[in-house]
Amino acid sequence: LMHLCFVLQNIMTSRHTHTKRIEGLDKNVWVAFTSLAADPSVVNLGQGFPDIPPPSYVKEALAQAASVDKMNQYTRGFGHPSLVKALSQVYGKVYERQIDPLKEILVTVGGYGSLFSTMQGLVEDGDEVIIIEPFFDCYVPMVRMAGAKPVLIPLRLKSGKKTVTSADWFLDPDELSSKFSSKTKRRKHLHTTGRTSDELQMIADLCIKHDTLCFTTLPGMWDRTITISSAGKTFSVTGWKLGWSIGPEHLMRHLQTVMQNTIYTCPTPLQEAVAQGLQHNFELMGQPECYFSSLAEELEGKRDRMAAFLQEAGMPPVIPEGGYFMLVDVTPLNQDLSHMVQDEAYDYKFVKWMIKEKKLAAIPVTAFVGEESKKQFEKYIRLCFIKQDSTLDAAEAILKNWRKI
Amino acid sequence: MSRQLQARRTAWLEFTQLAADHRAVNLGQGFPDFSPPTFIQEALREALSGGYQMHQYTRVFGHPPLVRILAKFFGRIVGREIDPFEDVLVTAGAYQALFCAFQALIEEGDEVILVEPFFDCYQPMVELAGGKTVHVSLRPSQKVEGSGVPSSGDWVLSPEELASKFNPRTKAIVINTPNNPLGKVYKTEELQVIADLCVRHDVLCISDEVYEWLTYDGNKHVKIASLPGMWERTVTIGSAGKTFSATGWKLGWAISSVHNMKNLKIIHLGSVYQCPTATQEAVARGFEREYELFGTPESYFQQLPAMLHQKREKLASCLGAAGLQPVMPEGGYFMIADISSVKVDLSDQSTEDEPKDFTFVKWLTKEKGLATMPVSTFYSPEHRREFSQYVRFCFVKEDSTLNAAEDILRKWSQTQ
Repeated sequence: LMHLCFVLQNIMTSRHTHTKRIEGLDKNVWVAFTSLAADPSVVNLGQGFPDIPPPSYVKEALAQAASVDKMNQYTRGFGHPSLVKALSQVYGKVYERQIDPLKEILVTVGGYGSLFSTMQGLVEDGDEVIIIEPFFDCYVPMVRMAGAKPVLIPLRLKSGKKTVTSADWFLDPDELSSKFSSKTKRRKHLHTTGRTSDELQMIADLCIKHDTLCFTTLPGMWDRTITISSAGKTFSVTGWKLGWSIGPEHLMRHLQTVMQNTIYTCPTPLQEAVAQGLQHNFELMGQPECYFSSLAEELEGKRDRMAAFLQEAGMPPVIPEGGYFMLVDVTPLNQDLSHMVQDEAYDYKFVKWMIKEKKLAAIPVTAFVGEESKKQFEKYIRLCFIKQDSTLDAAEAILKNWRKI
Repeated sequence: MSRQLQARRTAWLEFTQLAADHRAVNLGQGFPDFSPPTFIQEALREALSGGYQMHQYTRVFGHPPLVRILAKFFGRIVGREIDPFEDVLVTAGAYQALFCAFQALIEEGDEVILVEPFFDCYQPMVELAGGKTVHVSLRPSQKVEGSGVPSSGDWVLSPEELASKFNPRTKAIVINTPNNPLGKVYKTEELQVIADLCVRHDVLCISDEVYEWLTYDGNKHVKIASLPGMWERTVTIGSAGKTFSATGWKLGWAISSVHNMKNLKIIHLGSVYQCPTATQEAVARGFEREYELFGTPESYFQQLPAMLHQKREKLASCLGAAGLQPVMPEGGYFMIADISSVKVDLSDQSTEDEPKDFTFVKWLTKEKGLATMPVSTFYSPEHRREFSQYVRFCFVKEDSTLNAAEDILRKWSQTQ
């Protein structure tokens, strides 16, 4: 009889379904596309990670750190002492201010972990968060998980230019201003990635006017800004998953509380190795050997190369002023995808088709925009160029042969 | 979120600082001061010199070699096929696994039963998820006079009291076996009582088993997920840090049936995204080695508890000589000791309303240079007063540390 009871319990519909906070958050572009791109015969320009080795002194620092007993055990929750010290030095120089390593810095599991700690620590139920499209896809689900409402504003392309760069995509000041004033009762938070100084100043002025927190930095914005960064992107070690947030104590305190209640502390040997890497480059800052400048220089060459072969293949690229990615407009290819019947935006279908038929992987740009902006962005795909020459050679070859069956 | 939440664990920060300030022999914090085993350090070195992929992103829900070996390893133990891609999630320490479990499964207004004494992070995590904690205490059962050293096995739950905590709002119960701080290793019969209640009331079980390999005196760790009707409703949590004495690697996992795991995965995706690749690779190799050596004398899972067994005995006898009454743990990293008979006047030391164990811990750190943790921090505020006569010692320390502690305790006992 006991056995029968257990069997019945298993058949009965359990009342245990998902919690409200994760409602509708199960779709994820990375989970969808990484496995498709993992096929070794596919040239992967999709997910943003280098296939170039990180600097050897960084790898060595990790091997060294792991050989010290203490480095294999728990360290300080808000950040390993040598790492927060190195961060306060490097960023102290960048910001030209004293940064308190213990109160104004938090080390997290990747830049991602910092975004999460910031959202959970500073965003309340009912708040609105302004996000500029296109945006790194996690911002919206994180805002929603914090119980807040994302308010989206797209970058718009200036018309009539022959060669388009990312500088030709701009924020309409009136449109942006309107996003601030619609619900004056609520505090609003602005989320942005690197923009030009004039634009940042415009954003800053709006933030100050509407008493809004901001997730980017500019002189005069220290008290209301959390700046988020990544060891993975800084040192080409995305698999280390270490990042940090820097900001004023009265805000950082809340991020630290989140950390205490979610992860508690980050891995010690990885933090020690990043500290060494930062120390090494701090001394070289401003010099050509500094990895922060040498990597940018190396990538500029790759960027130009990729832009050239895309143009030759008839796909106009949006030349990026920064970062690791390039958007490209696939409209001129006129690819007929009517045989693909899924209810998906054009770029999702295009990328799936391209991976299958051309063995080249990218990421669809509508993954980075809200529903209303999909039509505006669905002819764009995103390509990553922090790849070694042989990978770029392979991509170029695919594009050269595009028209051939 | 943090508006509602006070900065918790201030007791931890305070006591850790005090220990550092007084350069105390630290038996307070729960981490080894000896090195992880050579094979795991070797595994990390090998992983680091692998191809570029070792330093770049891996699979979001867990590096494939790691989830595969975890599924195989634990599948063999619980006697079922565990799907590495559906049933396993790798997390930033067991801590993050707990966070994902509470966020994924606990809704506003749900009740969660916590068995006291409990690892203190459970309470704020339940509250963060909008849940309400309900407490039930383990209590030392009456021992027959002269029947030997008190054991963590004497601390039991009253089945009636436990049953009374279940009601239609109960969503989950959290158990921790082997237990921190007590060291209790729940027996099959005890887990069966809990399982019966879970099945009858359709309640989930979150089973924190980070110390699963550390059992002494022939006690066996039993996984509640292996009991009939429990696989579908149990989230089992483990830790690479505690398994391989490398707490600083901060890797853990949650294992359950897919309909629970798909929700934990969403929380993970929205909070951490993924864990470091190289350490996952190294832990995978560590488990592959242990899979082959399981049950043999070369297995680290045999050697570590054997080594700790001695350390535990030694510490218990030193504590006894100094007038404390240790409770011999059946498992885990810690031993608690009753301070009621200690001959020291602390009346001038204690600040208003401070529990006795807090005062004692501060005194022991400052005056004797020995750091421990007060056990009342592992209780709900309502029960703190009732259980404020115990302090917790970590014995997972190298001999020199334990010898230094022994010296302090011996000198102190000589002055009494």
